[in-house]
Amino acid sequence: MNELWLISGMAVVTFAIRYPIVAMSGRLKMAPWFLQLLCYVPPTVLTAIVVPEVLMPNDVLWVDPTNARLIGLLAAIGVGYWRKNLLLTIVVGMIVFLGWQWLLAP
Amino acid sequence: MNLSDHRSPAPTARSEFLSGCRAILPLIIGAIPFGIIFGTLATSSGLSSLSALAMSLFVFAGSSQFIALGLLSTQTALPLIILTTFVVNLRHLLYAVSLVPYVHHLPQFWKAPIAFWLTDEAFAVGIGRYHQPDSSPYKHWYYLGGALFMYLNWQLFTWVGLTVGQMMPNAANWGLDFAMSVTFTGMVIPYLTRRPMVVAVLMAGITALLTHGLPHQLGLMVATIVGILAGFVTEQRCNRPSD
Repeated sequence: MNELWLISGMAVVTFAIRYPIVAMSGRLKMAPWFLQLLCYVPPTVLTAIVVPEVLMPNDVLWVDPTNARLIGLLAAIGVGYWRKNLLLTIVVGMIVFLGWQWLLAP
Repeated sequence: MNLSDHRSPAPTARSEFLSGCRAILPLIIGAIPFGIIFGTLATSSGLSSLSALAMSLFVFAGSSQFIALGLLSTQTALPLIILTTFVVNLRHLLYAVSLVPYVHHLPQFWKAPIAFWLTDEAFAVGIGRYHQPDSSPYKHWYYLGGALFMYLNWQLFTWVGLTVGQMMPNAANWGLDFAMSVTFTGMVIPYLTRRPMVVAVLMAGITALLTHGLPHQLGLMVATIVGILAGFVTEQRCNRPSD
């Protein structure tokens, strides 16, 4: 495997996704309904990344208390709603996950 | 994100830049374990340290870097790794489109760095600033501060991970990648104030589970589009005068 090709290829496709629309932004006109659609982008993307990672870590649905990620996630959601503080949400979610994993360890 | 720090009467380029750095700090803390794991896994999946550093430096897209390592360790062909990178990073196209109304007036020399540093984290912080009602002309400096700070930290923690990986080869099994999941969860919660958004997020999550078996992480794009449409349709129904 040629690592130079790997990295160049990955760098080129990634930049080719990120750049053209931004570069042409001066000449793009977008309809109001389209802009309204875009409001949904950040939370739906992030949710679509997180949910399978937490509920299907080994490609099968795993919804029971032995799934430490699920417990950590529920703790993060609870704290997130309650305190509205991002850093606290991350720290509590992580501590609950690591603690639960430790408790379950044989 | 603490979005309440921009009440000062006249923001300057410098104050926006620093506020951007401050706003992205929680997201950086969430990304640190992920960067460390990337460095750690690079060693065990057969990527040289130099290439791991180069990947963070030139590709700068955490989840695709992570997935590429997994594919490398199973001897996947190079074109297939690049195709998967493309699909996983397609969501950045949605981010780029969402930035258009806010960056179209900027000179061209701003646009390449804005695009190069466009990650989930930089986008979330930047769009949060752009959605605020004040008319500061320096909001791109806020984005730049957050994006650049994220980039520098990603380099630093890739390097830390490479060092840790050589000392503790099983560090990748501790589940530290979960930090990315909680970080993203924390980023989603502030959006869930209206019913259409809740519907969009639920539909995206359910669809992501149902389409998880699709190759090259295509399920991510399918789930996102289903979520967006579900939210949009719900919004149209809520806005109908007869309801």
